[in-house]
Amino acid sequence: MSTNLEAIRAEEQETIQVLDPDGNIVSKDLEPDLSDDQLREIMTRMVYTRVWDQRAISLNRQGRLGFYAPVAGQEATMIGSHFAMNKEDFLLPSYRDIPQIVWHGLPLYQAFLYSRGHQTGGKIPEDVNVLMPQIIIGAQIIQTTGVAYGFKLNGEKRVALTYIGDGGTSQGDFYEGVNFAGAYQAPAIFIVQNNRYAISVPIEKQTAADTLAQKAVAAGIPGYQVDGMDVLAVYAVANKVAEKARNGEGPALIESLTYRYGPHTMAGDDPTRYRTNEEATEWENNDPIVRFRKYLEAKGIWSEEDENKVMEEAKEDISAAIKKADEIEKMTVPGLIDTMFEKTPDHLEEQKEWFGTEE
Amino acid sequence: MAQMTMIQAITDAMKVELENDPSVLVFGEDVGHNGGVFRATDGLQKEFGEERVFDTPLAESGIGGLAIGLGLTGYRPVAEIQFFGFVFEVMDSIVGQAARMRYRSGGRYNSPVVFRAPFGGGVKTPELHADSLEGLMAQSPGLKVVIPSNPYDAKGLLVSAIRDNDPVVFLEHMKLYRSFRGEVPEGEYTIPLGKANVVREGSDVTIVTYGAMVHTSLKAAEQAEKERGVSVEVIDLRTVSPIDIDTVVESIKKTNRAIVVQEAQNKAGVAPEIITQINEKAILHLEAPVLRVTAPDTVFAFAAIEDEWLPDPKRVNKAINEVLDF
Ligand SMILES: Cc1ncc(C[n+]2csc(CCOP(=O)(O)OP(=O)(O)O)c2C)c(N)n1
Repeated sequence: MSTNLEAIRAEEQETIQVLDPDGNIVSKDLEPDLSDDQLREIMTRMVYTRVWDQRAISLNRQGRLGFYAPVAGQEATMIGSHFAMNKEDFLLPSYRDIPQIVWHGLPLYQAFLYSRGHQTGGKIPEDVNVLMPQIIIGAQIIQTTGVAYGFKLNGEKRVALTYIGDGGTSQGDFYEGVNFAGAYQAPAIFIVQNNRYAISVPIEKQTAADTLAQKAVAAGIPGYQVDGMDVLAVYAVANKVAEKARNGEGPALIESLTYRYGPHTMAGDDPTRYRTNEEATEWENNDPIVRFRKYLEAKGIWSEEDENKVMEEAKEDISAAIKKADEIEKMTVPGLIDTMFEKTPDHLEEQKEWFGTEE
Repeated sequence: MAQMTMIQAITDAMKVELENDPSVLVFGEDVGHNGGVFRATDGLQKEFGEERVFDTPLAESGIGGLAIGLGLTGYRPVAEIQFFGFVFEVMDSIVGQAARMRYRSGGRYNSPVVFRAPFGGGVKTPELHADSLEGLMAQSPGLKVVIPSNPYDAKGLLVSAIRDNDPVVFLEHMKLYRSFRGEVPEGEYTIPLGKANVVREGSDVTIVTYGAMVHTSLKAAEQAEKERGVSVEVIDLRTVSPIDIDTVVESIKKTNRAIVVQEAQNKAGVAPEIITQINEKAILHLEAPVLRVTAPDTVFAFAAIEDEWLPDPKRVNKAINEVLDF
C-alpha cells in the first residue's frame, strides 16, 4: 500500500535485440539454438519474400494483380515470428500478412487469386491452418482468442498466432481480444507490427503510450518489445512465448519495431505526403536482410551465390504461380450464389436466373 | 460557376461550412495531414488548422463516440468513416446512440453529427469497402440518410447535412467521385434533405433510384427510348431516409408503371420500402406490379466478379420491358 498519490505506471521495458546492425551478436544468451539449415531457411524465406514483394508491386502496376499491401522492410518480423510456429498452429493474418500464410502452407497462386478478388484465393487446403487475410482491423484479434481458447478446451498443444499494426492497437477489438486471452489464459500470440504509420498517421498521433508492448500490462499478460529488423531477436521472443503458450502458460503480446518501405497499399497511397526521404533511408540502412546476411556470412553459411540462387528460384516460382492463377476458371455470379448457404434457398435459385446467358 | 468532380464538391462543402461556422469540426482516420485516402479533405487542415481538421486514432467506435460527445458540447462534427463497410465497428454510436439522443433526453440534447463515408461498387476494392449498407441505416429511426449522385447535389446536400441538428449519414459513391464533372456554384447554397429530383422526364415508366444507379438508369432510359420508343422518367431520391414519396407518387400518376433500381442486395432494404409506400399511396394508379432491380442476396461480390454482380442497364431494361408488357 502506498500512502502517496502515485499513479500506477507500466514498468519500463527494453527493446530486445540479438544482432546489431552489423550482424554481430549483442546478447549471447538470447542467440537461438537453430541449426545451420534452419538459419539458411530463414534467410531463404526473407530473400524470397523480398523478391516476391517487388514482383507483386510490378504486377499490380501492370494490372495483373489487384489489392496488394507491400511488405518490404517487415520481413524479419513476419518471417522470424512465423518461423517459431508449428504446422498445426493456427494463423490469423491481416491484409499485409500474406507471406506468413504462404509460408504456413497456402499455395502462392492462391495468394495471387486472393489479390485479384477471386474466390479460389480463399479456398484453404485441408491441412493448412490459416484464415484468409482480415480486412477489418482488429477482428482477427478477438477471433484469435477464440481459436486459442478452443485449443485449450480441446487440450491441444497448439497456439493461435495473429498480427496487427500499430494503428490497429487503437481498436476496441484489440483490447477486448487481448483481455479475453488473459482472462482465459488462452494460448494466443499477438504480434504488433509497429511500422510507425497507420496509412498516414504516425504512431505519436495514434497513442500517448510509450510502447505498444505495455498494452499487455492492463490485460495482465506478458508484453515484449523487440527490434523488428533483427530476425533472430524476433524469432527468439516468438519461440519463447510459443513454447510457454503450448505448455499452458497463457498468451503474450509482442511489439516488433519495424518499417514498411513502400506505400500502405498499391491503391493510391503516396507515402511522400506524410514521411520524409531521410526517415525512409535511415530505416533502409537498417535492412533486416542485410543484417542477417552479415551474420550468416560471418558464420560461413551464406554466400552471394546462395542468395542469387534463391532469387532465381523465387522468380521462377512466381511466374509459375501467376500462370496457374491465370488458368483458374473465371468466377460466375451463380457460382457465387451457391456458396452462400449449404443448400441454396429457393429465392436465391431464382436470383441465379438473373444471370442467365439470354440476351 | 466552377466545374468540379463530386469529390471536389464535397471538399468545397466542408470548406464553406468550416468558414461559415466555427463550431464545425472535421475528423477521422487520415483526414488531416494526408487529406483523406480519397483526398476528400485535401487542404482543409492546412487552411483551418489542426484543431478543426484532424486525424483520429484508428478506431471507428472511438470516432463515433467522440462525435456524439462533441455534439453535446456545442460542436458540429463531420466525422469520416474511411469506408462505409467499416460501419459495423461504429454501429452502436450511430444507430444505438446518436439516433436516439434527442428522444432519450426529452429534446434537451441532440446529435448534430454528420457521418460521411465512401461506399459503392465498380471500383474493385477489397472486402467490406464497397457494401451498400444504406438499408441498415435507413431502417434506423432518428437518422437521415443522404446519397448524392452528382457534384452539384453533393455540395448542396452536404451543406444541409452539416447544418441539420439531427444525425445524418452521408454516403458518397466511390465510382462517382471522379468519373465526371459538373457545374457547382461557388460559396454557399443548400439542397433540402428529403427532397427528390426528377432527373429525366418521361410518360411511360418511372424509375426510382439513387446514387450511382441514377446513371445506370439514365443509360437504360435512353436505350429504351431508342429501342422501343418508350419515354422513361427517372427520379433521383437523393435522400433514402426519409423518402420523398410525394414526388414518386406524382410521377406514377403520370406513368402508371414503376421500377426501383438500387445497387444494394434485394431484400429488406430501401427498394422494398419504396415499393411498400407506393402500394400504400398509389396502388390505384398502377397498371403493373412495381419491380425492383438490385444485386442478388449474397455478400458483396469479390473484385473478380463485381461488374457482373452489380445491376446494369441491361437488367434495368429487362425490367422496363416487363412492366410495359405486363
Ligand atoms: C475497421 C477498419 N477501419 C479502417 C480500415 C482502413 N485501413 C486499412 S489499413 C489502415 C491502417 C492500418 O495501420 P496499422 O494498423 O498500423 O497497420 P499497417 O497497415 O501499418 O500494417 C486503415 C485505416 C480497415 N481496414 N478496417
